[in-house]
Amino acid sequence: MAYDSAFTAIADPTRRRVFEELRSGAKPVGVIAAKLPVSRPAVSQHLKVLLEAGLVAGRAEGTRRVYFIDPRGLGELRAWLDQFWDQSLAAFAAEVEKENQIKGKGRKR
Amino acid sequence: MNTVAIAPIRKSILVNAAPERAFKVFTEGMTRWWNKQYSINASPISEIVVEARAEGRWFERGEDGSECQWGKVLAWEPPSRVLLAWQIETGERWRFDESLVTELEIRFIADGEGTTRVELEHRNLDRLGDQAAVARQIFDSSDGWQGLLDRFAQKVD
Repeated sequence: MAYDSAFTAIADPTRRRVFEELRSGAKPVGVIAAKLPVSRPAVSQHLKVLLEAGLVAGRAEGTRRVYFIDPRGLGELRAWLDQFWDQSLAAFAAEVEKENQIKGKGRKR
Repeated sequence: MNTVAIAPIRKSILVNAAPERAFKVFTEGMTRWWNKQYSINASPISEIVVEARAEGRWFERGEDGSECQWGKVLAWEPPSRVLLAWQIETGERWRFDESLVTELEIRFIADGEGTTRVELEHRNLDRLGDQAAVARQIFDSSDGWQGLLDRFAQKVD
């Protein structure tokens, strides 16, 4: 699922800057790189991760390629949250069990 | 007007503990069960704090001491219910947004002796999509969504 990697993708500060540069609209790699203290290939690498996470999409505009924030992520977001809460509740229940064993607080025989 | 309907997420799980302890582990003990991969801070999570009162903050503290807020406590009713605001904007960037409120309600219901049914509901998810909807309208008006999709499809490797 794309959102599985979205948190991780956006946790990197430079990558977050790259992503935020796209808030004002679609931009080519060169324009993004000019605003950040990193090289053009580095920006391309960050965009690749953002593309794989489903946060950013790309399209050709004339002779160049521009990147933009993928506006179709809502369904993916819900799906991601759905499995996220499944996973989280399971971890929570496991923690309760762990405490039961360590502290002998379990009331189940 | 583009209204995005998105159903709330509802989950339920049984735990072998009375509601009091289940409530405590969920809130006070969140650091112990939260998957640390899920962070919006650049610094790895050292602690997750749910302040034990209405209007309290819900935040992660990084290993470098920096704090990154996730939301706040809307209702604090131990041991039966806690209502949190999940305020992480996801449409265009992942960060805390004071103006965004999606509700995360957790109920702790005694189900026999020493067992609690924990029910979780994450609602108002459509609000997470406001930014996405805005972006969609922009694309619709400037370019034509279908045209954009068609070109995108052609250019995908």
